[in-house]
Amino acid sequence: MAELVTPVTPLSAAGPGPAPRVPLRDTMARYGVRLALVTLVAVVAAVAILVWDNPAAPGSSGYWTIVRSRLTSVGTILVVAFCHGVATVAFHSVTNNRILTPSILGFDALYRVVQTALVFFLGAGSLAATDGLPKVVLQSVLMVGFATLLYGWLFTGKRADLHLLLLVGVVLGMGFGSLSTFMQRMLTPSEFDILSARLFGSISTSSAEYLPWGAAVCVVVGTVLWRRRHVLDVVALGRETATSLGVRHQREVLLTLLLVAVLVSVSTSLVGPMTFFGFVAALLTYQVVGTSRHALTLPMVVALASAMLLLAYFVLRHVFYAGGLVTVVIELGGGLVFLFHLLRKGLR
Amino acid sequence: MTTLTPAPAPTAARTWQRSGGLLAAALLTLALVVTSLFVGVYDLGAHGGEDMFWITRVPRTLALVLAGSAMAVSGLVLQQLTQNRFVEATTAGTSEWAALGLLLSVILLPTVGLATRMVLASAAAFVGTMVFLAVLRRVQVRTTLVVPVVGLMLGAVVSALTTLIAVQTNYLQLLGTWFMGSFTSVVRGQYEVLWVVAAVCVAIFVLADRLTVAGLGRDVATNLGLSYDRVLLVGTAMVAVASGVTTVVVGFLPFLGLVVPNVVSLLRGDDLRSNLPWVCLGGVALVTACDILGRVVRMPFEIPVGMILGVVGAAGFLLLVLRVRRRG
Repeated sequence: MAELVTPVTPLSAAGPGPAPRVPLRDTMARYGVRLALVTLVAVVAAVAILVWDNPAAPGSSGYWTIVRSRLTSVGTILVVAFCHGVATVAFHSVTNNRILTPSILGFDALYRVVQTALVFFLGAGSLAATDGLPKVVLQSVLMVGFATLLYGWLFTGKRADLHLLLLVGVVLGMGFGSLSTFMQRMLTPSEFDILSARLFGSISTSSAEYLPWGAAVCVVVGTVLWRRRHVLDVVALGRETATSLGVRHQREVLLTLLLVAVLVSVSTSLVGPMTFFGFVAALLTYQVVGTSRHALTLPMVVALASAMLLLAYFVLRHVFYAGGLVTVVIELGGGLVFLFHLLRKGLR
Repeated sequence: MTTLTPAPAPTAARTWQRSGGLLAAALLTLALVVTSLFVGVYDLGAHGGEDMFWITRVPRTLALVLAGSAMAVSGLVLQQLTQNRFVEATTAGTSEWAALGLLLSVILLPTVGLATRMVLASAAAFVGTMVFLAVLRRVQVRTTLVVPVVGLMLGAVVSALTTLIAVQTNYLQLLGTWFMGSFTSVVRGQYEVLWVVAAVCVAIFVLADRLTVAGLGRDVATNLGLSYDRVLLVGTAMVAVASGVTTVVVGFLPFLGLVVPNVVSLLRGDDLRSNLPWVCLGGVALVTACDILGRVVRMPFEIPVGMILGVVGAAGFLLLVLRVRRRG
């Protein structure tokens, strides 16, 4: 906690309007309480998922088998929540907006196209052969290339037009979706089988052997981003300000986009696309934290996203017996929130 | 209407358009249609070829013509009514609402015939389009580009709801096969209801002038002596019927109503009445070409036309958007 207090730049001043001066210690105390509360909710939900409605006798070997199998779901949820939350917040900072998210801009559709294209052009063997680091690098390069093209093109215009970017992103996402379905239709059934095992996951059915790999990537990316949290604070001030403060803006943006692309591909390969989840988690985080310092927003967004997803999963699975529907429900609720936000606040 | 088109075309081009352009376009479309009649896995020269021709090829081609022209024209109508170039059944969520209506009719009334389902799907599409228009009226920022975003998001929400219901009732598979726009299952006895959309096309031709005036906005239209609300209602109803029926018989045909009218406007300017035949022909030609491609590219299997349109249409749409951006 002591580390959090080191004020690098008074970024709260960058927020809209002159906020009333609250002593830093009070802010931190309130933040700590909120973070603890959200984490508590997440932990309770996780424990509830593990032990609720377990048919075997507590403590017996069958009991622990069931808990272990449920542990996979909880792990998946944590990884996915981490990916979407952190990716969205970092993305918001480097692109200087709070409404576009990687998912809304079609990043996960792009992931599917890349995966499908690999199988389509190189055969099913490529998917197995290039597993591991080279494949991740190739995918990330492709995805970052896409993002950089999009943004390069956007920011070369007279003004950064978010409406346009949003529309282009959404339509690109739809086009990518059609393109990957199109290529999937052309595959032989056995190739499609291999591909679909990679593409279509859900929280209940996600494969356990892929999870540690995803978690490891999350730890690495999370560490990198956490170490650069102050740099991100500066980058969020915009290109001119960041440059004059001595930050190599373009390099930082590129690096962050790369990390975001990695996070999105991890999450998409685990549970498939979730368009609005990151948006909702980030929106809530900004409301709760009240400043845009990454030292505060990053932990909170992870906690909030985990709590939301765990709760949703628990309720859907143990109350409505529909655990596979979590992503659909999140899509529905998140889409409504996004729409309301768009209509009420415009694109700020 | 946002001005996308340049000043009137030079006179030489105009003369050419008047004399031969439409005829050439009609001939090209006709060639595509005839090709569609003779492309397929079944060898028409073989035994029973003639029967096959009448059972599948002719109905399929007719369905292509009807669905293509109806979706293209209804896109044009929606664009007039919302005064926005980027609105059509996909970007207004109309098709998603039709799908929701269809799914509900399958679940709640499992025994009714195709006609009733169509009525229900069209009704849902109508409700959905009215919701979209009502939401638009409340939006604070009504820029050209935010309108389709709102529609797409509404569509995504409705579609998530449809998926939710479908999963709960074990109809998910039906959803996937039914709504992926495809003319594969169109055979004699299955497509005849599509003639309804021919009536819609005719009605749009009749009402073209009123729709143009309505496209000038409520105030101007009322000033010119037009009952704006009535035209809005009738126009929305026609669009709803066209997309409802097409969704039930064929499935989604994404971006068709968007790309075709815009390309026609780019080439010819904004005169709705004289553009209508062009839009019809363009819609037919695009759908037919995509369908033939889908039949040929992976013989003897078929690629649903909806996928090809999704790729082609998204690309065309982006080009249009970027064009608007270049013009500032």
